[in-house]
Amino acid sequence: MSTAADSGEAAPLRRTPLDALHRARGARMVAFAGYDMPVQYPGGIIAEHLHTRVKAGLFDVSHMGQIGLRGARAAEALEALVPGDLQGLAPGRMRYTLLLNAAGGILDDLMVTRLPTGSGDGLMLVVNAARKEADLAHLVASLDPDVTIEPRFERALLALQGPLAAAVLARFASGIASGIERMPFMSGAAASIAGAPCFVTRSGYTGEDGFELSLAAEDAVAVADALLNEPEIALIGLGARDTLRLEAGLCLYGHDIDETTTPIEAALAWTIGKRRRAEGGFPGASAVLRQLADGPGRRRVGIRPEGRAPAREGTLILDTAGNPIGRVTSGGFGPSLNAPIAMGYIERAHAAEGSALALVVRDIARPAHVAPLPFVPTRYFRG
Amino acid sequence: MNTTRFTRDHEWVRPEGDVAVIGITDYAQSQLGDVVYVELPEIGRTVEQGKEAAVVESAKAASEVYAPVSGEIVAVNDAIVGDPAKVNADAMGEGWFIKIRLANPTELDAMMDEAAYQEFVAEQH
Repeated sequence: MSTAADSGEAAPLRRTPLDALHRARGARMVAFAGYDMPVQYPGGIIAEHLHTRVKAGLFDVSHMGQIGLRGARAAEALEALVPGDLQGLAPGRMRYTLLLNAAGGILDDLMVTRLPTGSGDGLMLVVNAARKEADLAHLVASLDPDVTIEPRFERALLALQGPLAAAVLARFASGIASGIERMPFMSGAAASIAGAPCFVTRSGYTGEDGFELSLAAEDAVAVADALLNEPEIALIGLGARDTLRLEAGLCLYGHDIDETTTPIEAALAWTIGKRRRAEGGFPGASAVLRQLADGPGRRRVGIRPEGRAPAREGTLILDTAGNPIGRVTSGGFGPSLNAPIAMGYIERAHAAEGSALALVVRDIARPAHVAPLPFVPTRYFRG
Repeated sequence: MNTTRFTRDHEWVRPEGDVAVIGITDYAQSQLGDVVYVELPEIGRTVEQGKEAAVVESAKAASEVYAPVSGEIVAVNDAIVGDPAKVNADAMGEGWFIKIRLANPTELDAMMDEAAYQEFVAEQH
């Protein structure tokens, strides 16, 4: 039997503040974006995935990059680099957006939160682990000098995701007058969790209701232990994080989106605010807005294989006549669906929901069709 | 007497007369994690030692299973196609993959016995 070898990385791996906790709980550690990260615990990916959908899971995502932008002009300045409407963000509100290059290609995807009233003027960004150094350099090179850039790569980030996340977190939270369980989806607030000062957002990467907690590295173990002592909470690794986000139809940077894909091709046109469409003023605006008007030549879609065989990243996609029309960018098994699922880019003529396709897996063309995203209905908190 | 033999690719081979039952080891299934898909060869096909005979996919990745011995495929375990989790639950028993009619029984001689295999696995860490 043979398995693809782990990607050998020469540099020593960095460790998150929860490294010892992962090992003590039997994690299998793998190299990911320069970090030694838990891919799964003894329960396994499927059990961890299903636990998150039914109860709630705790994820260590401290490898991700947290960057503060301070100053009254932070939102306006960052708008020169992304197509999202950031000036329209009310204090304490959060938005998903994209750093673009001059051709409209995606340099990274990120979450941007406008600091809540009382925390000063500015934004808090969460960027991908593998991109954080490049993103920081890009911000330093591109942003107005009156915006102060504060990398907070030393901070921990914990995600608590699942239908019981709010009820469990409420047991430990103080400092939010209306109650943490009433926080709107895509908002952020300062709070105390199990006695530790945290910046809490109601957001995540699973399609479930949930929260992300940004906190000092030295508080991370105590907060994680407190949450893990609750019977509803299990520790979840990167393996299940990937199957959860794929079922939710969410992009993984470096796979589903990268510098060669535009927001329109990636089916992320919804991230471009109305005002930004009218005004432009972001990198690659002319190309992106032209694609928006004319339709892109190819588009990211969901794909359901009709058999049981998963189609992995890189799988060639054919039309029913056998012509190549695209490639799978993420593919595997969806535990909640108990079936294989995939995403990929397909030529526009074949991208309509229900279009018949074939996926070439181990030299055999296997039937599949274009399916709506998300594969599993999202259950974000809507008040 | 336990005559089960093991390969360095983490397959096991249990001779039953002129036929060998073949599967992946318990160590292999634990390394793979949750098995979600198995693809088995057609009965009647002839396989050569060391060549791909089956595919096993976990939640994370696809892996090939090599034929540890040469010969004709005389049976496949459809039960693990319908319920791939059986490979995790009982890799050395109900989770068997294929049966091969041995073309060259001496191929077994070079393989490890259980004690040697356990030592080999221990060296992997």
